[in-house]
Amino acid sequence: MTAANEPYILNIGPQHPSTHGVFRLRVAMDGETIVDMDMIVGYLHRSMEKLAEERTYTQNIPFTDRADYLAAMSGNLGLCIAAERLTGVEVPERAQYLRVIFAELQRIASHAMANGTLVSDAGAWQTPLLYMFREREKILDLFEMTCGARLTTNYMRIGGVAFEPPAEFWPALRELVDELPDRIDEYSQLLIDNEIFLARTRGIGVISAEDAINGSLTGPALRGSGVPWDLRKAEPYDVYDRLDFEIPVGRGGDVYDRFMVRFEETKQSTRIIKQAIEQIPDGPHKTQIPLALRPEPGEVYGRIESPRGELGFYLVSDGSPAPYRFHIRAPSFINLSLLRQLAVGSTLPDAVVTLGSIDIVVGEIDR
Amino acid sequence: MSSDVKSRPATPMLREILEQPTLLGGIRSTPLPVRLGLAVFALGFLVVNVAIGVLVVSGRLDGHWYDFRDLGNATAALRSWLDDRDLGPWLSYWVTALIGGVGILSFVGGVLLIGTWVERRLLAKFQIRRGPNRVGPFGLLQPLADALKLIQKEVLIPIGADRKLFFLPPILIFIPAMLGWGPVPWAPNMAYLDVNVGLLYVVAISSLAVLAIFIAGWSSNNHYALLGAMRTVAMMVSYEIPVSLSLLSVVLFTGSLQLSEIVAWQSTHNTWLAMILPFSLFTFFFSSTAEINRTPNDIAEAESEIVAGFHTEYSGMKAGLFLAVELGNALLVGALVSTFFLGGYSLFGLEEWIPPYLILFAKISAVYFLFVWLRGTLPRFRLDQLMGYAWKFLIPLSIAFVGISAVEASIFARVDAPGLIVLGAIGIVNVVLTFVLVRAWARVVGYEVPRGEDTRPTLTTAVGGLRAAQRLRVTP
Repeated sequence: MTAANEPYILNIGPQHPSTHGVFRLRVAMDGETIVDMDMIVGYLHRSMEKLAEERTYTQNIPFTDRADYLAAMSGNLGLCIAAERLTGVEVPERAQYLRVIFAELQRIASHAMANGTLVSDAGAWQTPLLYMFREREKILDLFEMTCGARLTTNYMRIGGVAFEPPAEFWPALRELVDELPDRIDEYSQLLIDNEIFLARTRGIGVISAEDAINGSLTGPALRGSGVPWDLRKAEPYDVYDRLDFEIPVGRGGDVYDRFMVRFEETKQSTRIIKQAIEQIPDGPHKTQIPLALRPEPGEVYGRIESPRGELGFYLVSDGSPAPYRFHIRAPSFINLSLLRQLAVGSTLPDAVVTLGSIDIVVGEIDR
Repeated sequence: MSSDVKSRPATPMLREILEQPTLLGGIRSTPLPVRLGLAVFALGFLVVNVAIGVLVVSGRLDGHWYDFRDLGNATAALRSWLDDRDLGPWLSYWVTALIGGVGILSFVGGVLLIGTWVERRLLAKFQIRRGPNRVGPFGLLQPLADALKLIQKEVLIPIGADRKLFFLPPILIFIPAMLGWGPVPWAPNMAYLDVNVGLLYVVAISSLAVLAIFIAGWSSNNHYALLGAMRTVAMMVSYEIPVSLSLLSVVLFTGSLQLSEIVAWQSTHNTWLAMILPFSLFTFFFSSTAEINRTPNDIAEAESEIVAGFHTEYSGMKAGLFLAVELGNALLVGALVSTFFLGGYSLFGLEEWIPPYLILFAKISAVYFLFVWLRGTLPRFRLDQLMGYAWKFLIPLSIAFVGISAVEASIFARVDAPGLIVLGAIGIVNVVLTFVLVRAWARVVGYEVPRGEDTRPTLTTAVGGLRAAQRLRVTP
């Protein structure tokens, strides 16, 4: 390669406003156009999967808080579902409803964050982000009320949940669920028909349904491309089969579709929470399990629909209290794999918006 | 219960606004001595104003050096006084020039300091935050604290930077931002540099900044900085043209390049050029946002893409100067928009009563508020979209409008009817023409308004893979 057409290498990250954590992109550019791109991950690697092999199943739950730190409840739930499938522990009905409520609250909080940062990436100076943070704050307050933590909740347990929510939790939750649809409409007014936002997101980062399936995308990234696949419907866990909700599916597969799918999913989540509040029975919130749970030797793959997609836990037991192998199928990591294909040939601003719409959490990618 | 629900405001945000403490409630809750003091103050204010009004009506102020409505009288009096003393012709010139220069610069500097506070507070209000409120009352001393911090910070020079060139840009960019204030008239006799080609001067000065920006981007030896500089240069070169074209319409109507003449024309015809030339106003405003890097056109320092653009590598007071210039440019554009399109210091005869410089300052603040509002609301364009907008849209339409204004100006000069009627008719015609031409040209260019409705997500309860997706696509 001669000096005349030497590519212009731009090193985005690991410290950069729009990489959503310590994620690094090495972009070769020709003017404003991206001609090549390397994605470099691993800056947040904490050796979670190896460390987990030294701890009991319950002791591993805090790791899942720190994997996807924007959706700790979903991480908790995923591990508990997998471990329950491995050990055959029964979950009381009330605990199942509580899990659904908290997982859906977490979904709303996480989607608010994802959509807010996406709009910030598109250049709105943090206003939509901070509007959406208001609801996220209220949800985090509810978490704090229940389990004392806002971000790393460590709330779910194998066979139930750790604590019964306090008395003041329920009125606060009802109030939040009542006002949420109004709030979501408010944000829609600000963004959905904003011509600049449409110009920045329509037709950008288009993933066809075939590509999405071939790239094994999951979550809003897959549904934005038009594939109606949601584990809450396809393989219902907990009490999702008793609740009435719909899957929002995009049409074009562009950034705007993924954005809208997330918006619509928050509405559906409020619907789920409303039903769960009505249906929730009285009873114990967890079953007693032995401190050192020794599952039969064997392997299991438990998966849930986390805000970012299919969050799977592959556990192998050798009969000891600690898992022999502990693997997390992180949706962010697999969704991210399509970024290079989307970004090469587009411009830098488009690549940034596309990255924002895929909604990665680096804690989950690097584990 | 149902009536209660009906009377509730529609959105939660409106509800919150209603629940906020009101001014009347605040007055009711203040203690009696404070209220009495305020009442006495208000009464005194009223008495003083009436006295001033009497003075103004009786014409005792007109043209005297103590005419507070026009500080230009005072400097003119000082100059003639110095001339009478026979101390040499240069002294009277230099003394008045220094007074004027120091006056404008200290005013702009003060407004820059307050401006950062205002912008942060306003943005905080837009974003349901509190904003700076720790340093001093209401956080008013925050800009001072920031400036102190910036001054005592170490200035880092990156390895590989061109050291000599690296020092220049913060100064180079600061000079035109201050020079631009020269020809702005603050009152009939109160303009620092009332040259008869003031408009050309403004256009020329405003394009000087591009040099400093490119030097900054090149000398930093940083890829982000160079990208930002490239974007800025491309943008500034493109948007110079619509700015000049939109101002050409103004010149055609007013028949002068002198800024004070332009304001005087608007004042004598009791009109604002904004009403006659709405498209020029829009072009000037929009292009200015591109030239001074404000939202929605702040792509030269798009934080989410290229960190801080051309001033990525600058730290300490050098970065502070860049930030100050950004804000100063916003104020300068506010002053120019007010002067060219919003009647400048005049306000339909009210400038006889209120000092005209206060009127101009109010107009600058209004335009500045608009800038902050835009920043708190809108996302950012992409570079190619913005350039396409300038070359495909603004420039052809601006040329068309220059032709239209030329015809209208010559009609206005020849028709013998009362000026206000003709101008009103021209204004209405121009508003209609703006809508018609913009739509027609958008169709010619092939621009389609991006619509969101047809890509709203479909709701489904079915689950499946590719086949389900295809079925959904067929029957939405």
